[in-house]
Amino acid sequence: MFAYIVRRTISGLVLLVVMTLVTMMLFFSGPLHPERHACGKICSPAQIAVTKKAFGYDKPVLVQWGQFMQGIVKGRNFPEDKKLEKDHPELVVHCTAPCLGYSKYFTQNVTTLIKTSFPISLSLAIVAFILWITGGVLFGVIAALRKGTIIDRGIVGISLIFYAFPTFFIGLFLYKFVSIKWQLVPTPEYIPFSQNPWSWLTGLILPALTLALFFMAGYVRMTRAFVLESMSEDYIRTAKAKGLPARRILTKHTMRAAFTPLVTMAGLDLAGLLGGAIITETVFNFNGLGGLAVAAATNNDLPILVGLVIVLASFVILANIIVDVLYAVIDPRVRVG
Amino acid sequence: MRAILAPAAVSTGKIEVNMSLSASDLSSHEAQHDADSLEPVGTSGIAGLSPTKLALRRFRRDKLSMISFSIVVLYVVAAIAAPLLVKLKVLKPNTPHSDLLDVNQGGIPLGKFGGITWHHPLGIEPGLGRDVLSRLWLGITYSLGIALSATILAVLIGTVLGIVSGFVGGIVDSVVGRIIDLTLSFPQTLMLLALSGTMVGFLGGTLHIPKGENGNTVQAVYVILVLALFGWPPIARLVRGQVLSIREREFIEAARALGASKWRIYFKEIVPNLWAPLLVYFTLTMPAYVSAEAALAYLQVSVKPPTPTLGNVLTDSIAYSVSDFEFFFFPAALIAIIVVSFNLLGDGLRDALDPKSTN
Repeated sequence: MFAYIVRRTISGLVLLVVMTLVTMMLFFSGPLHPERHACGKICSPAQIAVTKKAFGYDKPVLVQWGQFMQGIVKGRNFPEDKKLEKDHPELVVHCTAPCLGYSKYFTQNVTTLIKTSFPISLSLAIVAFILWITGGVLFGVIAALRKGTIIDRGIVGISLIFYAFPTFFIGLFLYKFVSIKWQLVPTPEYIPFSQNPWSWLTGLILPALTLALFFMAGYVRMTRAFVLESMSEDYIRTAKAKGLPARRILTKHTMRAAFTPLVTMAGLDLAGLLGGAIITETVFNFNGLGGLAVAAATNNDLPILVGLVIVLASFVILANIIVDVLYAVIDPRVRVG
Repeated sequence: MRAILAPAAVSTGKIEVNMSLSASDLSSHEAQHDADSLEPVGTSGIAGLSPTKLALRRFRRDKLSMISFSIVVLYVVAAIAAPLLVKLKVLKPNTPHSDLLDVNQGGIPLGKFGGITWHHPLGIEPGLGRDVLSRLWLGITYSLGIALSATILAVLIGTVLGIVSGFVGGIVDSVVGRIIDLTLSFPQTLMLLALSGTMVGFLGGTLHIPKGENGNTVQAVYVILVLALFGWPPIARLVRGQVLSIREREFIEAARALGASKWRIYFKEIVPNLWAPLLVYFTLTMPAYVSAEAALAYLQVSVKPPTPTLGNVLTDSIAYSVSDFEFFFFPAALIAIIVVSFNLLGDGLRDALDPKSTN
């Protein structure tokens, strides 16, 4: 098991390193003219040339990637110019490790920006996750137990409808009608958990619900399918024949089997959400990682975008490893090889 | 005929029908023989039905599938008809009707329910006074067009890489596998948003893709390309799995023994056996891309107004969501109907083509 975890971690790290290289190529290679975006609209050719040099865009992508990796490990300076640093230290920005780049628009290091936004996305992801897991599993089990009845069809149908409407439509509907017009819920806003846990929750409930309604459909369907599938297994019949109560069969035998694939899906979805729910955060004006991404894209701030892509990818890669390991722990049928 | 009939055998699995000449004759004899031994000739409803016909019959018997299929057909016909109707001036997506707006209330349509009348069955747009039905109808064309192109491209890339990786195996297989891992580790929505700045400039400037009206051609190409470039991995995995199982089947061995070339085996033996899973996947990817387009329109990285897409019209309506709810609701509902009906159609097709599946 330990060897397996080590092996997975190493391959994950290799994947992440290759990923950063590809990301650099997608954003910073010569023909894409990243310096034009970094400089903005009213730049003269001379300013563009300066920007190009300051961000290191004049160098080949491989060299830029080397500098980027160096920045992550031990920090770096913008521009990377020893002479300028000596003569005019006020013109050089130092970016401490782990450095993901420097944002010209926010005039801040990308790592700092991501660190300030992350708690918002994390809170949102946690509340949404709890909502959709409980909702999805609960309704999925009910639908499976009442298979073929109107309750089953209603649950599956309604969850599909919530999935089908665009997320931002549902989000805006909840925001503008449920919160502002009908005043049923306090206006969505982010209040740190340490400040007031109750306001933290009520402020997050609508955006979290928006996300949960979208994700829930998949979980309802999956739970329903797995519960139905495992109910036709031989060991369930054996359990029934032994005279075990229905509730015990459901919780101990059926759910355990249906649980494993759910863990995989939930782990990956949660990791994806940790990197910010772009649409939902835009709808509710949350300045989490999703909001940061939109701000960066609107202002063509490539370093932030690259930083976000890499951070998010590392979440996903990490979640993949954790889920694979968990899988082996939960499901006795899975052998680590 | 045989080429069309055979593939479903993959999913039904029971009756081994295949395409290489000698083997197919053999197995259809077998199938015939099986049926004969079960029931007397002439009385059985099953005997003589090909897997495709069986699948079709299962599909027709499923009411929900048939309803969703009709809705999908309706949407496709509407999408094809829209540009024609615009040319004939039946639909006027860009004509303002400012006389129908209430100037005193900030340009909200006169009358009830967002200005619904016989001439404007879905009302008119607040502010500019354009006909909502015309805009949505033409929007279906653009939205489905973008989704369809992206789906075709993704399926194409995924199928080619999946077949190559599954059939060649070895180092090619592991390289493709790593590329899949790499592609899947990219956050898709973020990439769509993030790449738009540099990539649209790159496509239009360096690659000289025509910009079109408002730069919309290059914008549409961007959306299609990026959706497809991040959407192919699941298809490649699916196809690879299928190829691996087909590769070991007897009829491929028979074809090899008969001296069939590699290409013949690829295109005549393997590809026809993939259509059933691909069709299902295609139907399930389409609605995802319609939603994706809407989301991108909301983030301002899709086709630009005044060209209507469903996402564009919905985004336009956000400012009026409280004052003119009908205008806000209709585009969202059209998208929802597309997504639901394509999904149900995909489920129906899967159940019909693969009766063993338990989803």
